[in-house]
Amino acid sequence: MALVLTEEQSMLRDSARGLISDKAPVAHLRGLRDAKDTTGFSRELWSTFAEMGFSGLLVPEKFGGSGLGCVEAGIVMEEIGRTLMPSPFLSTAVLAASALSRGGSEAQKAQHLPKIADGSLLAALAIDEGAKHRPLQTRLQATRSGNGFKLSGDKAFVVDGHTADLLIVAARTGGSAGDSNGLTLFLVDPKARGLVVERTAMVDSHNAARIVFDNVEVNADQVLGEVDQGFGLLDGVLNIGRGAVASEMVGLSDEVFGRTVTYLKERKQFGKAIGEFQALQHRAAQLYIDIEITRAAVLKALQALDADIEKAATAVAVAKARAGTTATLAVQEGVQMHGGMGMTDQFDIGFFMKRARVCQELFGDSNFHTDRLASGKGY
Amino acid sequence: MADLEKFRAETRAWLEQNCPAEMRKPMTSDGDTFWGGRNAKFSSDAQRVWFERMRDKGWTVPHWPKEYGGGGLDGEEAKIVRQEMAAIGARQPLTSFGISMLGPALLKYGTEEQKKEHLPKITAGLIRWCQGYSEPNAGSDLASLQTRAVGDGDDYIINGQKIWTSYANYADWIFCLVRTDPAAKKHDGISFILFDMASKGVSTKPILLISGYSPFCETFFDNVRVPKSHVVGTVNRGWDVAKYLLQHERAMISGMGERGVGRPLGQIAADSVGADAEGKLDDAQLRSQIASFEVDEAALAAAAERAVDLAKAGQSHPAFSSAMKYYGTELNKRRYEILMSAGGIDALEWESDRSKGGARPRAWLRTKANSIEGGTSEVMLGIVAKRILDLPGA
Repeated sequence: MALVLTEEQSMLRDSARGLISDKAPVAHLRGLRDAKDTTGFSRELWSTFAEMGFSGLLVPEKFGGSGLGCVEAGIVMEEIGRTLMPSPFLSTAVLAASALSRGGSEAQKAQHLPKIADGSLLAALAIDEGAKHRPLQTRLQATRSGNGFKLSGDKAFVVDGHTADLLIVAARTGGSAGDSNGLTLFLVDPKARGLVVERTAMVDSHNAARIVFDNVEVNADQVLGEVDQGFGLLDGVLNIGRGAVASEMVGLSDEVFGRTVTYLKERKQFGKAIGEFQALQHRAAQLYIDIEITRAAVLKALQALDADIEKAATAVAVAKARAGTTATLAVQEGVQMHGGMGMTDQFDIGFFMKRARVCQELFGDSNFHTDRLASGKGY
Repeated sequence: MADLEKFRAETRAWLEQNCPAEMRKPMTSDGDTFWGGRNAKFSSDAQRVWFERMRDKGWTVPHWPKEYGGGGLDGEEAKIVRQEMAAIGARQPLTSFGISMLGPALLKYGTEEQKKEHLPKITAGLIRWCQGYSEPNAGSDLASLQTRAVGDGDDYIINGQKIWTSYANYADWIFCLVRTDPAAKKHDGISFILFDMASKGVSTKPILLISGYSPFCETFFDNVRVPKSHVVGTVNRGWDVAKYLLQHERAMISGMGERGVGRPLGQIAADSVGADAEGKLDDAQLRSQIASFEVDEAALAAAAERAVDLAKAGQSHPAFSSAMKYYGTELNKRRYEILMSAGGIDALEWESDRSKGGARPRAWLRTKANSIEGGTSEVMLGIVAKRILDLPGA
């Protein structure tokens, strides 16, 4: 397959860009932050997303979605990255939709997927427990009890967990921390007894949640996939999420870069545009090259996920590792080349720096994925 | 799509049947590359057989038109041939500057007569070409070149000196930049001309490099007589041809280095450094350097693939090869720094049989030229800043 967008994909990009740049420029995020909005995104805009078919992008057609793939989800994520639009797209339309369509029973799919597609159900994936993303280290315990399980333990960094109507929770039903066997995914109602959700406003003005489970009862029919064998499903879903976040970082990097090059042409010092100085020209050129190479690696990973998710792990590790280092470089150069203005809250550039930091940590940072690549290659 | 899958299956079967096992092993020395030319010698029977089969199929240059000895394949088909060759580790049957540099320029700027004269001899490996671009005082500032071509009836008389001419001492013909109008501005008085290295007045002198090898020469022209009909493109507009060719040269150089071929770097390193009980490299810092390198290497491979696809889709920027050249050469230098570190003292032997005559340190030193030849990294970044980013005064 050619590593370029098809005509249909380009049209999807144009319509996503049109909507997002019009309705949710960076000022939209700034407004929500300044208003201390506890939802952290616009439900009205999410309805528009649903009407445009974006919320059901990965939902199969028979459940009311458009049945598209990771490349298409990545296209929307890249546009989201350009304006840092806060929305449940990643948590609900990418992660939850993937988890349910890949691992759900027919009943589970029929119950939830149409509501994801029409925008009426928000969902969140609860994986991380410690400071770093280590899905194999999951400790949250699920103990058999009656006709189901009781869940006890803590989750953190549950993206959009504060607004979720449905949680997808990774828990340990067997083995011990570090084992891939013994992990199980559960569909959990956040209103269940014993479950406490604490909204955590993050550095990037997006929201996540810390969730405490104290003997939360879950029925056996709320197991997503197989008991003890949840890691394969989880890893696939995480890889889709990693590809999506990598796309967001490409959009974010490209936008920061574009703004920075514009600034280099406008800002004058010593009687000329600072973009005339070779010291800055070469750094700008290096950053451009870095972004273009990362863009190719990310598209490669998205195509690999659509072609055969079982064989996509290396490409995804490359994409997420590269996207993390590229975005980190882009935002640092962005602030530095904007000089003092880059340090002000008035300029948008800082929003990008904050979001890039969060995206790095989401589903494994560059170190995590670089290590994964090495282990995968057997050294 | 179905047609392409059929073509892929046929290609795979044909390669399986026709590529000798020996030609699927990674290359270990310069002798493993077949350059063609009047004095070409095959280093093995397998090399000869492989070359002849590919030549007869038109696949020494699969995407050139059949009438010039190419395979007449379109972009998608040529990509499939590359992929299927890579899948079995098949070596290039023929390497030449005629294929990677002159050919594309001739296809775009040459007359029909020039194409018919030269391209079939390139695809058949009969003529080996060299490139007469740099001069002692025209390196990064290439357009300031001073080699003169003065008209004399139907001929030019050429005088001057070139430098860093790769393999000039083995080459049969040269594609050369000469100044045909010394009064014009420096970019406007240059012509692109072809001539036989056996012409009277041409001499070469190899330059000994830090690797101990002499892949480059000084090349001298002393009243060399060349027919005016050998100019490619318009007289005094040779800079257009030169720049177009440089894009192809840079794309070629960015692809140097045995990317994704053979064993992963981490395993090569484990041979000398050792591994712990879990199989992890026994040097955590080195392991992390290698892994970072391999992330970037895989990303560059994707970018190279994308660059070809973008060109096919008519969406590529003509200066993008400078971006790839910059990144690819810097990456290849990193690869050899890692290989030297991984090899430790074993990578320091210069002459022994054990070290294959110091193959690794010599290759390491060779890579230092990657970011200089074909335009330095700094020149590449300048081109990106000016032509792609449109930064002022660049």
